[in-house]
Amino acid sequence: MDYTTIIGLEVHVQLQTNTKIFCGCSTKFNPDNPNVQTCPVCLGLPGSLPVMNRHAFDLAVKTATAINCQIARFTKWDRKQYYYPDLPKGYQISQYDLPFSHDGWLEIVINKETGEKKKIGIIRAHLEEDAGKNTHDETGRGHDSQVDLNRAGTPLLEIVSHPDLRSAQEAKEYLEELKLLLTYLEVSDCNMQEGSLRCDANVNVHIHRDGQKIATPLVEIKNLNSFRNVELAIEFEADRQYRQWQQDGMTFGAVLKETRGYDAVRNITVAQRTKENASDYRYFPDPDLVPVTIEEAYLQNVIDSMVEFPAARRTRFIQQYQLSNYDAAVIIDQGVVFANFVEHVAKICGDGKQACNWVTQDVLREMNDRKLTIEGFPIQPPVLGEILKRVNDKKITIKSGREIFLNLLNSEDLSTISVARIDQIIQEQGLSIVADSGQLEAVIVGVLAKNAKAVADFKGGKQSAVGSLIGQAMKEMKGADPATVRELLLKKLAE
Amino acid sequence: MSIIGATTGELLSRLERGELTSVELTTAYLDRIAQQDDRVSAFLTVNTAEALQQAADVDRRRQAKQPVGLLAGIPVAIKDVLCTKGLKTTCASRMLANFIPPYDAHVITQLRNADAVLIGKTNMDEFAMGSTTETSAFKITRNPWDLDRTPGGSSGGSAAAVAAGMSPLALGTDTGGSIRQPAGFCSVVGMKPTYGRVSRFGMVAYGSSLDQIGPFANDVNGAALLAQVIAGHDGRDSTSVNAPVPAYSQTVNQPLAGLRVGIAKEHFVEGLNPEVEQTLRTALQVYKSLGAEIKEVSLPHTSYGVAVYYLIAPSEASSNLARYDGVHYGHRAEQFSNMIDMYATSRGEGFGSEVKRRIMLGTYALSAGYYDAYYLKALKVRRLIRQDYDKAFEQIDVLASPASPNPPSKVGEYSANPLAMYLEDIYTIGANLAGLPGISVPAGFTEAGLPVGLQLLAAPFEEEKLLRAARMYELATKWQGQRAAL
Ligand SMILES: [Zn+2]
Repeated sequence: MDYTTIIGLEVHVQLQTNTKIFCGCSTKFNPDNPNVQTCPVCLGLPGSLPVMNRHAFDLAVKTATAINCQIARFTKWDRKQYYYPDLPKGYQISQYDLPFSHDGWLEIVINKETGEKKKIGIIRAHLEEDAGKNTHDETGRGHDSQVDLNRAGTPLLEIVSHPDLRSAQEAKEYLEELKLLLTYLEVSDCNMQEGSLRCDANVNVHIHRDGQKIATPLVEIKNLNSFRNVELAIEFEADRQYRQWQQDGMTFGAVLKETRGYDAVRNITVAQRTKENASDYRYFPDPDLVPVTIEEAYLQNVIDSMVEFPAARRTRFIQQYQLSNYDAAVIIDQGVVFANFVEHVAKICGDGKQACNWVTQDVLREMNDRKLTIEGFPIQPPVLGEILKRVNDKKITIKSGREIFLNLLNSEDLSTISVARIDQIIQEQGLSIVADSGQLEAVIVGVLAKNAKAVADFKGGKQSAVGSLIGQAMKEMKGADPATVRELLLKKLAE
Repeated sequence: MSIIGATTGELLSRLERGELTSVELTTAYLDRIAQQDDRVSAFLTVNTAEALQQAADVDRRRQAKQPVGLLAGIPVAIKDVLCTKGLKTTCASRMLANFIPPYDAHVITQLRNADAVLIGKTNMDEFAMGSTTETSAFKITRNPWDLDRTPGGSSGGSAAAVAAGMSPLALGTDTGGSIRQPAGFCSVVGMKPTYGRVSRFGMVAYGSSLDQIGPFANDVNGAALLAQVIAGHDGRDSTSVNAPVPAYSQTVNQPLAGLRVGIAKEHFVEGLNPEVEQTLRTALQVYKSLGAEIKEVSLPHTSYGVAVYYLIAPSEASSNLARYDGVHYGHRAEQFSNMIDMYATSRGEGFGSEVKRRIMLGTYALSAGYYDAYYLKALKVRRLIRQDYDKAFEQIDVLASPASPNPPSKVGEYSANPLAMYLEDIYTIGANLAGLPGISVPAGFTEAGLPVGLQLLAAPFEEEKLLRAARMYELATKWQGQRAAL
């Protein structure tokens, strides 16, 4: 089986605005109360007119800039015309030949260990309004279909990639990187269950035969509602196309692009009936909306107010905190809140590497065990940072630090978790490292005096006897550093 | 002094002096409608109860010396293409026969704020597509000057209502001449403002890039007052222009010194009725006698106007009317076999033949493979037409022409020949394609007693100049005082 899978993705992202793209209705996800977030404009009532939501446009430009797109200085709105019950005007306001952005790229990491990267080309990103949602009678009793227009008019950004992706795994990486970026930018919550991120995949395979490359007909897979399904669907589809080609020998261009839906239950793709008249949307400029011209100062402002992108942050973490590619990716890929958490801890404790280790190991493990989010984690950076600071300053041992961490986490009343509480635990449990060697020496002398037999055994060549002596000294001096105790004890025994 | 036939200014001063109440006045117009509308058929809905309530409310506030609006207590008839909250808005179509909007058009809000009385909704060509008010799904409006003839269209109901003395003022809409042409045919004043001057919010769209709402009145002053009330910026219409609105009614009586009146040589074409041409020449003499200079200008792309218009307007209409699909509101067929059939049958039953004709024209023009040759080319020629006017208005203040090349047609005259009807739009569509303000004022009658209108156009946002020029003419002629004898 010698073929390469060729994939291009079309991603629809709901932009995180409070109101719809052409009216003042709320964009809240509200499937249980159909048609309450509507007005004459998004219902498409006679005489209503659209007015562009400036905030949606700002978010779109921000996103397009972040995926390295060229921003058009002049852009307009077009009507995409087709009949469907979830489309109340009989057309969707979209952008056709002059999208506001085009020709960008997104870099994805294709090897987490080595950090190897690949640039995926973006053909265009344009703004449009979402349609409503049709619900059909699934019982087969032939009841009426129902239409909910709460979602109609929600701002959507459509991002179309070049067919640069070469495996289902790469497609998944691209989606994950895009989602991460969008959440970093705070332009979308990318919630796939609620439909804020939707994906169609254009797939075919290049079969390598006798030094020739044979391309199979293009297929668009729709209804991909999770990243995992994108991966599975592409894998299935590539294999199906290869088998299909073995049967009928059909190649690219021989038939029109086919639309298939993904059936997650059976893990197959199924041919879909194409929409009638779908081939001609009769696009034309929407006379109800004025074209948008984009000034240089506006763009500069977008660039200036841009946050650090995930890719840049990964690189910086590797350098600034001496992390491996893998560790940096673990932190950044958890999302912006997690990465901010790490940096906040690092700033307080003054040791980035230490902060990274703690958060990726202790915090992440407890988060998973206790099913917590980073936002809801009981020990937030101001407290965790202070624990680590005490470790760094050699006020407590790393072991004591972990004890305090768990102690706090197991607090009956989580509101008692505070920096003061750290010091209280240190005090109560005598966890302070005893730096006063005179005090330590006195304890050791006392221990030696009380354990004449062990001392004699040691001197008689029984090395293991020292263990119980250290143990007793540690018991009496809780905050003592075991290495210091051992060193001092051996010195005394040698005298 | 009679209420019926009085000008808006006369009515307002009688109301202000306390000689007349709005309830008396409104009742007089409602009675007139009751007596005459069986023959004229100008109204689709008479808003009797609400109108009387509005009138009583204004009377109360006026008597209490509370501040009242510019049109306090004056009835205004509304073309049934403008959404009125809680009051049926049908666009004279079976499709919207029972449609009650949940909101007011911007202009209706402006009327309410000005304390006008909304007397009723007037008949029109279905979805404003037509030039005779015969394509209405409900009734054919008659010309009050000759009941065998049409009042013009598509705002024929509004024009006829004013001409028949059933309302002193009315609102119409003008996409290719739908205010100015019926104003001329009914011997009343009708003005189309500059595109963007009046918000289209709540006006059921026909050709969105061409549509404008404007006033009808029985004199220029009334039109100036109504225009002043409805004009102005509205954030709900992206094409609404944010520019101050001059107080037209304050300046309309001031004559313009050194007025330059233009005529376009391309307007004197074959097909221009000799009596109509003579009326225009006489009107130019009137302006000359008032000290105006008459200048000939050229509008070289005039002959393409009708073709360009009948590509752009139907293209936009085919899209604007896609929402009437029987799914969310409006007419839905009783019988259908599947979703596509529901669309087809509902639209087939809901729309009349002229609407279908224009939807088909527009759908064709926007189709893949034809778009560049038709729609895109039409947009390019539209720009050239606008440039023609820009150039002309460097030399002149207003451009004079007939409102239409022929007097009002007989009812049924164009039913077999829609193309002949389209060609009647040659003088009016230029203003829509170029976005200019235009006005039609009564300019006399043919020997058969049929009204002829004089159209004046001006540069964008020069409504003030346009109204003053029209008023000069009106004061110098006797036509304004003539009323149709019903
Ligand atoms: Zn809305």
